[in-house]
Amino acid sequence: MSAETGVTAPPAEASAAAMAEVLVPGAGGRAPALVLDGPISFWGGVDAATGRIADVRHPQLGAHIAGTVLFLPGTIGSSSASAVLLELVHNGHAPAALVLHEPDAILLLGLIVAREMGWPTPVAVRLARERHDAFRGCMMAVGAATEAGARVALRIATDTTSG
Amino acid sequence: MLDLTAEERAIAEGRDGAGAAMAMRIVADSARLLGAPRLIPVASAHIDGALYHGDSGTLFAERLVAGGARVAVRATLNVGALDLTGGCRVRLEGARRDMAGRMMQAYRALGCEPSWTCAPYQAGHRPAQGTDVAWGESNAVVFCNSVLGARTNRYGDFLDIACAIAGRAPCTGLHLPENRRATVEFDVSALSSEFLSSEIAWPVLGSLYGRELGNAIGVVTGIAAHPGEDALKAFGAAAASSGAVGLFHIAGVTPEAEDCDAATGGLPPAATIRVTPAMAADAQRRLSTAGPAKRIDAVAIGSPHLSAAELDALERLVAGRKLAVPLYACTGRHALAAFDRDGRRAALEQAGVILVADTCVVVTPILADRPDGVLMTNSGKFAHYAPGNTGYAVLYAALPDCVESAVAGRPVLAEAAR
Repeated sequence: MSAETGVTAPPAEASAAAMAEVLVPGAGGRAPALVLDGPISFWGGVDAATGRIADVRHPQLGAHIAGTVLFLPGTIGSSSASAVLLELVHNGHAPAALVLHEPDAILLLGLIVAREMGWPTPVAVRLARERHDAFRGCMMAVGAATEAGARVALRIATDTTSG
Repeated sequence: MLDLTAEERAIAEGRDGAGAAMAMRIVADSARLLGAPRLIPVASAHIDGALYHGDSGTLFAERLVAGGARVAVRATLNVGALDLTGGCRVRLEGARRDMAGRMMQAYRALGCEPSWTCAPYQAGHRPAQGTDVAWGESNAVVFCNSVLGARTNRYGDFLDIACAIAGRAPCTGLHLPENRRATVEFDVSALSSEFLSSEIAWPVLGSLYGRELGNAIGVVTGIAAHPGEDALKAFGAAAASSGAVGLFHIAGVTPEAEDCDAATGGLPPAATIRVTPAMAADAQRRLSTAGPAKRIDAVAIGSPHLSAAELDALERLVAGRKLAVPLYACTGRHALAAFDRDGRRAALEQAGVILVADTCVVVTPILADRPDGVLMTNSGKFAHYAPGNTGYAVLYAALPDCVESAVAGRPVLAEAAR
């Protein structure tokens, strides 16, 4: 998704920033938000080679999660979800950051293992799903984190140079 | 807050080498995410992580090997992406084939047993009731918890091998007796004894159970007699495909359910699902995705892997006849060994049966590439995964119908699906 099509001005009443609990430390960064409309299973639901949403029953079929700040309202727990996320980190198609309604230990294991392998890893944070919509369509800035349990800032990027 | 012992901390910091340290840190990080207060020792592991999904998994296993890691407990291996026995040619080529093979080799180098089966519980790996273990592969997990009464959570890729090397697992979930009680009754007493004694009853009811229960724990009531281990295997596999089922009870049959009260801990169930014949018929219909078909392209059986008794049944039904379409029979070395010894394998292969060992047709490319292919199966788990993973539409039928259809090359159904 390009910044031109993916970024709109935030609604005036929306909260433009949140402090989120770090689930797995990692790099933050600037990237467009992709707010998923429904839960997803990474195994079978996301193409491990490209990061494309491949679940034919998912409303965002065909969208790419690579390089996005991915907001997950829920996950469907396949025990191989971690393997798909690790593969995405390794082949450069992982999201820039993950925002989860609640921790999914199987999925996040992919990030834990990626860190052990010494591969650059996106940060994963926790934020209630009711707050995801405020960031829909926005260009995001997410803080980096070095420690689980810390809090990082999740905000709408205010300058326009990233487009 | 997770509290590690002094020894666990020392291992995580490298006392026993880099591989052991990495495994302990992965177990500890997972325990923190799960909110577990401590780790507990495990007596064995079943490892689902040796199936190739991409190069990263191979590199992970090889990093553990390079760090000198070894499993601390008995660890059997689930299926890989290749048939190492050479019985069946997997259509994985070039670099992907090399990496899939390297991955299987790395898990052997970590000290895992080359069982290569999703039915380790029929290959001599049967932990005692009440034992804590760390098992992966959804059908193996559900069988281990429900039929053996051992205690495991659903350990996914990477965490399974990390637990096996650390000899420990997060103390949470189904390891705790209070989390193993049924809250939902799944009453099948309204179904006819004729249906309940049929071969398809258990995969069909498993599929319905998984969809209705999700990740809740249920107790099946209304079963008069133990249906046999292969039936419970089919029920659990189907339930764990359509829902996130990790444990079920069957009143009067499974070890933690002497009766319904024992399964619920004496509490009344929060909900009761009364299964009607119409619900069972609908569940059976939903296992098929193909419309009315004039032909079938292949038959696949053996998810979970066929037991020796199921191979015997296949042999009896084929009865030396020549098949018109290939019948893929997926099984493990444990069941094939005796079959090979008695020279029975050659006769079955002569008829057109392809015996697939170490792997299966929905996890790696084995079936011919056919965009409009129709696959017949008697497995609830194959029925669930084949459309997405192989592109074949599925016709669900009992084993005798599967064999007759393979002989005819078109669907032959002994009775209208009811």
